[in-house]
Amino acid sequence: MSGISTSLSALWQQQIVLLSSSYSLDEMASMLMNPLRSCPPVNAAWAVQYATRSLSTSVHLHAQVQTKSKKTLAKPGVKNIVLVDGVRTPFLTSGTTYADLMPHDLARAALQGLLHRTSLPKDAVDYVIYGTVIQEVKTSNVAREASLGAGFSDKIPCHTVTMACISSNVAMTTGAGMIAAGQCDAIVAGGVEFMSDVPIRHSRKMRKTMLALNRAKTLGQRLSLIGSIRMAHLTPELPAVAEFSTAETMGHSADRLAAAFGVSRLEQDEFALRSHTLAKQAQDSGLLSDVISFKVPGRDMVSKDNGIRPSSMEQLAKLKPAFIKPHGTVTAANSSFLTDGASAVLIMSEEKALAMGYKPKAYLRDFVYVSQDPKDQLLLGPTYGTPKVLERAGLTMNDIDVFEFHEAFAGQIMANLKAMDSDWFAQTYMGRKTKVGTPPMEKFNLWGGSLSLGHPFGATGCRLVTTVAHRLQKEGGQYGLVAACAAGGQGHAMVIEAYPQ
Amino acid sequence: FLTCAYFVFLFRYLISYLFSCPCLRSFVNYEVKEDVAVIRMNDPNSKVNTLSVQMQTEMTEVFNEVLANNAVQSAVLISSKPGCFIAGADINMIQACKTAEEVTKLSQEGQKMFERIENSPKPIVAAINGSCLGGGLEFAIACQYRVATKSKKTVLGTPEVMLGLLPGAGGTQRLPKMVGIPGAFDMMLTGKNIRADKAKKMGLVHQLVDPLGPGLKSPEERTIEYLEEVAIQCAKDIVNKKIALTRKKGLMQKAQDYVLGIEFVRQQIYKTVTGKVMKMSKGLYPAPLKIIETVKAGLEQGPDSGYLAEAQNFGKLAMTSESNALIGLYHGQVACKKNRFGVPERPVKNLAILGAGLMGAGIAQVTVDKGINTILKDTMVDGLSRGQQQVYKGFNDKTKKKTITSFERDSILSSLTGQLDYKGFEKVDMVIEAVFEDLNIKHKVIKEVEAVISPHCIFATNTSALPIKDIAAASKRPEKVIGMHYFSPVDKMQLLEIITTDKTSKDTTASAVAVGLKQGKVIIVVGDGPGFYTTRCLAPMLAEAVRVLQEGVDPKKLDALTTGFGFPVGAATLADEVGIDVAAHVAEDLGKAFGSRFGGGNVEVLKTMVEKGFKGRKSGKGCYVYTPGLKSKDVNPDLEDLLEKYKLAANPSVSSDSDVQFRLVSRFVNEAVMCLQEGILNGPVEGDIGAVFGLGFPPCLGGPFRFVDTFGADKLVEKMRRFEHVYGNQFTPCQLLLDHAKDSNKRFQN
Repeated sequence: MSGISTSLSALWQQQIVLLSSSYSLDEMASMLMNPLRSCPPVNAAWAVQYATRSLSTSVHLHAQVQTKSKKTLAKPGVKNIVLVDGVRTPFLTSGTTYADLMPHDLARAALQGLLHRTSLPKDAVDYVIYGTVIQEVKTSNVAREASLGAGFSDKIPCHTVTMACISSNVAMTTGAGMIAAGQCDAIVAGGVEFMSDVPIRHSRKMRKTMLALNRAKTLGQRLSLIGSIRMAHLTPELPAVAEFSTAETMGHSADRLAAAFGVSRLEQDEFALRSHTLAKQAQDSGLLSDVISFKVPGRDMVSKDNGIRPSSMEQLAKLKPAFIKPHGTVTAANSSFLTDGASAVLIMSEEKALAMGYKPKAYLRDFVYVSQDPKDQLLLGPTYGTPKVLERAGLTMNDIDVFEFHEAFAGQIMANLKAMDSDWFAQTYMGRKTKVGTPPMEKFNLWGGSLSLGHPFGATGCRLVTTVAHRLQKEGGQYGLVAACAAGGQGHAMVIEAYPQ
Repeated sequence: FLTCAYFVFLFRYLISYLFSCPCLRSFVNYEVKEDVAVIRMNDPNSKVNTLSVQMQTEMTEVFNEVLANNAVQSAVLISSKPGCFIAGADINMIQACKTAEEVTKLSQEGQKMFERIENSPKPIVAAINGSCLGGGLEFAIACQYRVATKSKKTVLGTPEVMLGLLPGAGGTQRLPKMVGIPGAFDMMLTGKNIRADKAKKMGLVHQLVDPLGPGLKSPEERTIEYLEEVAIQCAKDIVNKKIALTRKKGLMQKAQDYVLGIEFVRQQIYKTVTGKVMKMSKGLYPAPLKIIETVKAGLEQGPDSGYLAEAQNFGKLAMTSESNALIGLYHGQVACKKNRFGVPERPVKNLAILGAGLMGAGIAQVTVDKGINTILKDTMVDGLSRGQQQVYKGFNDKTKKKTITSFERDSILSSLTGQLDYKGFEKVDMVIEAVFEDLNIKHKVIKEVEAVISPHCIFATNTSALPIKDIAAASKRPEKVIGMHYFSPVDKMQLLEIITTDKTSKDTTASAVAVGLKQGKVIIVVGDGPGFYTTRCLAPMLAEAVRVLQEGVDPKKLDALTTGFGFPVGAATLADEVGIDVAAHVAEDLGKAFGSRFGGGNVEVLKTMVEKGFKGRKSGKGCYVYTPGLKSKDVNPDLEDLLEKYKLAANPSVSSDSDVQFRLVSRFVNEAVMCLQEGILNGPVEGDIGAVFGLGFPPCLGGPFRFVDTFGADKLVEKMRRFEHVYGNQFTPCQLLLDHAKDSNKRFQN
């Protein structure tokens, strides 16, 4: 037991290493070379009980399908845009089975999976859009490389977008916008993130010398440039998950946010355990049907997310804070971990989908993007986005049947829930008269979330939307709400309506 | 008012003394959380906490209760004020003392109190948010453990030396042990503020807490709460031995301790530090030397001698004229950071500066720094580009020093617009012109600007000598015209001299003062006249300096004489810094206005220098030759030939070193007193502040007015009469000075 827990926490610590602003090459290497983990989940049954009790969640995984008769959100003069289907590769902790791939390989797998799942002809879409955050410089327009590699017609234009953790949300809403504007009828949107390999650059000094070397004309010039290289030139520049504007790592900001809202370590650990427990249940019951199998070249077939680790409160409590030491509350285990993965969705105008003989899964309705102070309100996107999108759609919190919020950190989710429940916060910082209210936990992230399933930055948005569509079908709800925060102090929220069955 | 406050104070004291019931305590209170006593300080009568008599009395009471309370295992000391832990001892308490013995007694009481804290069987954690200075820092370092917020407002330091004092409540004895001898000397001799992260590195605090943003309460309130929570946890962890109070020393630390354990090394350190202090202070400031002496006493003769030396030296220093002068400047500075003209009708949100030269760009830098939208306009692309680069460099240097981030730099600079035309001037609330010092050009500019600005817009002119009413003569609305005299380099010099004419409206003045305060300036508001206050005081001194040069004293000697008197910059160097051309200009203008009284040296000396291109530092040559990259400078050899031409015979009866010093200073001081006599100055306080912060009048003398008080008007007049006998009316004491000389009870400052 203790052996396992140590190795677990060691793994968590390693994965979080990339999140902190400075990490050494050694750590990086050990993370990348870490062999595939094969630890059985620990004490899952007990954890379920605990999580259920402590968060007073009643989990209806197989809730009876009820028909509701709420109004539809269709607006006159606005095209109905539908989600035909969505898929994703299994999300794997970085440095595991996907380690030797490139980002476009993952995106390609997701696209091929979508083609297969929907039997879509390879020239039937008008445009492909992908979201990604850490860009592989060789494939900076990863949408194009993946689309070509997946066998889509080379006549289909592709572009890549980026907006931190809501990049694939931007991909989807960009596509929706093109359809609404009448420029396209069918698009593929998706997202990809590949953290097993990240661009590590030479130092600026070294780059400057190398570029000057390119331009040097004589041997003398070249030799003198080479002679100017010092040890300091060789120090590499490593990417960090830190805000450029504030130089603060996201985990550090999350810890401060949790403290600002008085979120305790216990609350965070409970929420993290809940996420893992629910994800495990969903995985075991086969609810994560958006996951496609992927035969990784030179490796085994992958068909399951591998970051789900229902643990116990005791084990979670053992971990030391990862960012604010020694009194912080955010640990490796109550944060989302570095993940490799890709997702893809097929979005069409309703007429086009019906004309092609598809049975759509959901309508994509109103959406908003919000942004606020990147220092002290970095991760409050859902708090700002939720009331705004509900207002646009003419709905209230009570109308929503399915909530899927992006779980960057357990502390971030709990802080958002507290902010949404505070009149004072709404009045002082949001210019609203009253609070929007908190989502009931029995409707909230019931199939796990980014904490447990994993969070490939660029790919999470499509997972959230597809999950809402699937949960609406499964649970018989009519409206779903997606909300997410993103680096830069930005956020996104979208209302999704079930397609009549 | 004062007596009233005194009675209230007495009354409270009496009540708390008679009943000594916790509910009646108004400065210090505590509550017990589990087994930790949270002691909260909050002076109800002030924005900051000081270690006043009442604060100390209540603190002692609370401390006794905490010690006696069996339910309490440990304590947290915290302030309820958002930006202040303890700002220091109560200066008034020290100033109220009449003898050194009284002050020594105060110091000993403080020492005793902190000794009890240090030896407390229940560990005390100081939770620091905001300023923790002087006595506040001494309190904190007597505690067993320190937690501080990483807020920008959190600064730790021992600024006593700036008031001519020393840390008198154990600081000189505890600091060397805590941060090492060199670190302790650095802190106590410079008095500089140390930010929390630096303090952690030095070993001054143990743990840092990040300031929080918005949550369910305001960021300030929640941050203090969070600090308290963390500090309580620390207190518990100390009790249950999770936190060890003896820290493991690193290899470097051990090595340093070893080296400093050798007496010879310590003696070398005392010698080096004393040498540095003597070089910088010319021996004019007793406090730094006493600090070294006191630290030495503790380290070499043991704590008993150390604490005794601290208390006695504290008493002695408090009675020095230097300390009195420095404390006077401190009070004056506080007074000159207030707007006595009230709140302006509309705040200045958009400001335009004409001329992107050294001054214009400097003004732009301090303006844009505070988020005011600033237009920097010049007539030439080259000039504008140079000016913008100057502003950029100002902020980029701060980025390099890590006082701001590169993002903050960019975001500050986003409020700056550089342009060549008058676009957007209709939205501007104030225009500050910093164009060439020529009345015709200023008139042209004022007309051009008034054609494009809106009616409410204020026109401020940055001139060092031209009377504002002459400039305002070209204006259609003289009530909106005001003078704002900045000092170069604008981002370093604290003073702003604001000049009002008879026609300047009160609201215009209020607005100019508000802008100046926002720019972080210490402000004096003076009446209009040739040279206003500062330039008018400086001009006769520079005229005398030229005469001294003509009499054969070389620039280096002249500099040594002036710095030896306490001026931070020598007269010859000052002339080079100001610019010989500017000096010539001013000398000529003021010479015309005031006649022979402003004579002395021959103006032709300056004019010839300008003709030869010796314009001072900016042209590479002046009194000295400046080589870029070199700090040392040699006397300009061509100057000697030039001075030979204008040579005057020195009269030995008034040419001793001391006489030369007094010739320079007495003309300065007499002119300052005359400015008060003529109503140019509002009062002696502004006169002292202006002279010290704008012209570098020796801070140890506290300014010209305090100097007259301390030195004695009669003695000064006596000297001036002697100089008058040789040189004539340039040394005739003014009437007000004569009045003070006649009546020794008359004083400018209390």
